[in-house]
Amino acid sequence: MADAVSPTAAAEEEKVDGVAEEEVVNPWEVSGKIDYDKLIDKFGCQRLDDSLIDRVRRLTSVPPHVFLRRGVFFAHRDFNDILDAYEKGDKFYLYTGRGPSSEALHLGHLIPFMFTKYLQDAFKVPLVIQLTDDEKCMWKNLTVEESQRLARENAKDIIACGFDVSRTFIFSDFDYVGGAFYKNMVKVAKCVTYNKVVGIFGFTGEDHIGKVSFPPVQAVPSFPSSFPHLFTGKENLRCLIPCAIDQDPYFRMTRDVAPRIGYHKPALIESLFFPALQGENGKMSASDPNSAIYVTDSPKEIKDKINKYAFTGGQDTKEKQRLYGANLEVDIPVKYLSFFLDDDEELEHIKKEYGSGRMLTFDVKKRLIEVLTELVERHRRARAAVTDEMVDAFMAVRPLPNMFN
Amino acid sequence: MGYTKEQLLSRLQELRVDFTKYEHPAVLTVEAQAMYVGNVEGALSKNLFLKDKKQRFYIVSALANTNVDLKVLSQRLGLGKGGVRMAPEEALGEILQVPLGCVTPFAVINESARHVSLLLDQGFKSQKRCIFHPLSNDTSIALSANDLDNFLRSVGRDPLYVDLEANPKVGKDQPPDLAALVPSDSIDLPEISKKAPSSQSSVEKKISADVKPNAVKAKAVKTTDAVKTKDKTAILQPPVSFSDPGQFVEEILDKTSALLLSEITEESIQQHGGNLGVFVSDNIRKRLSSKLKNLAIIFKNTSYTEGFHAGTHHQPRRQ
Repeated sequence: MADAVSPTAAAEEEKVDGVAEEEVVNPWEVSGKIDYDKLIDKFGCQRLDDSLIDRVRRLTSVPPHVFLRRGVFFAHRDFNDILDAYEKGDKFYLYTGRGPSSEALHLGHLIPFMFTKYLQDAFKVPLVIQLTDDEKCMWKNLTVEESQRLARENAKDIIACGFDVSRTFIFSDFDYVGGAFYKNMVKVAKCVTYNKVVGIFGFTGEDHIGKVSFPPVQAVPSFPSSFPHLFTGKENLRCLIPCAIDQDPYFRMTRDVAPRIGYHKPALIESLFFPALQGENGKMSASDPNSAIYVTDSPKEIKDKINKYAFTGGQDTKEKQRLYGANLEVDIPVKYLSFFLDDDEELEHIKKEYGSGRMLTFDVKKRLIEVLTELVERHRRARAAVTDEMVDAFMAVRPLPNMFN
Repeated sequence: MGYTKEQLLSRLQELRVDFTKYEHPAVLTVEAQAMYVGNVEGALSKNLFLKDKKQRFYIVSALANTNVDLKVLSQRLGLGKGGVRMAPEEALGEILQVPLGCVTPFAVINESARHVSLLLDQGFKSQKRCIFHPLSNDTSIALSANDLDNFLRSVGRDPLYVDLEANPKVGKDQPPDLAALVPSDSIDLPEISKKAPSSQSSVEKKISADVKPNAVKAKAVKTTDAVKTKDKTAILQPPVSFSDPGQFVEEILDKTSALLLSEITEESIQQHGGNLGVFVSDNIRKRLSSKLKNLAIIFKNTSYTEGFHAGTHHQPRRQ
């Protein structure tokens, strides 16, 4: 899968210099200032409103995740159906993934995984995680071995997000494609014409056939029969896919095909993009380490990056700040805090004080640095405990007898 | 602690490996070895034990007359020019558990060598038999590449053959072709049992401005020392606490009592009086719940992994 960041390093073409860029959102490219309401309309998905969040709270008896409360995961398809079934006692499974294109993960990469972990714990359901090493081998022109190696390295960071090994199956395409999985791929492929994929993904005559035939690979983990070692006897099991909204095209295609081959449509719960440090107009890119906070950054690096590179909405001088307050619309530290500061009251307080000018940019940044440092340290510690054997265990094709307990 | 020659040979016999054994006075070089087994059926091998700047180790096993250029190899591994050099003598004993002059693919039978990457010369495949030391300099054995592969698979290794004389271009659009052979874990000397946190072996591309060169070259245990040179305020705990229930519980109690002590102050006693217990208890739950759950999941995953390893390696009951 492409990354949930704005705009991604996966962008192939160079951006044209100029102001109002036409916004582009597809699995390999995200750019321009995104209007999420327009996107929801254009894609045809639905807003995740407060009543749904309340329903989740009632069904799971745990506080809803900060990403739900702050509208980070803001759109969905058929999430209500999942909850209806859950209420009746019909469980579901989760499916998410990552395209392992680089070793260095930044906070934006972690967001879907942090949310998925919450869903796994709150609903007590199993999870499959797809590492699309084949996709990156094709799109990023990596060797097969390198993409497989990156898949395993990324798996370690994913495991460090805290998934429960007794409910989680991680697989790489190069390892797992075949058997029942491949049979479903062919079933899906038969239902999608060449013209259709060109329409959805924008392929041209110059694109190689590997790319053109890839979409079914990302579609079929939505169907329980793709995992006979896990879901035999549970052909009716529903699937919920937490992902960034740029992945929607894959799953629109999947939902279109599903009923035609006798499967449930997968449900989706979608997030917005994580802004780059330099703000909405900045590019988060692997070649610019200062555009993002990486999970390998030291406390000092985090501090320097936030202090030096975070785009702020604060005024130029203390005096002006006290007079006019900060522009919260474009302020990156406040945006980042809304992602990662769990305490709703504290966040409201900061927004109020900073917006009115009683609090300075320096203080907001200081709080953000604390929050991010704690997050990155926790991740690093968890990552250090992930051994190769643990990766093998997560990736072993094995039964998960307690996956719904 | 390491396997003996006898143990290795009996293991090969168990695997029905067809090898011919030649005993001779101890030899330290290929030339000396050739004096005794130069005319037998089988090609002599030369075996290099290498390490890179990030404490990762490699065995390169080649036909004696294959030309191995360490500079080229280093680039093909993605380590830049001059990224690999011969490993120090101590490493031989500590990691491979073989004496000087005895580097051999068979050394990977030892647990201590589990993170050593093994590169085998493609040339072995075109020979009927090849000659290696079976963990001891006073013996040489000749066997086919296929049989060597059988042995390697029996110890959980994937045999990887490489054209060692190839010199492919390595650049922006041509990634290093042997990058996959770089071990994902480095090895600390002298304490082999403590694995270095895998996050420490970062990729070349990542710009880590404050990792000083000394931290990489130092043989000291990486966890605490590397932490100091990286200027971290939090001390990285070694993974040991996640497999030891005692340490796990201690850590929970440490966190809980630290929070407890910080919550019970003159001020809070005055403020809450008799209800202080309830207040502090709620606070502990609120603030520690997710941290402790995170610890617990790591503990669970570690235990499961140990069980998984045991399960995949267990010997079926003898009938």
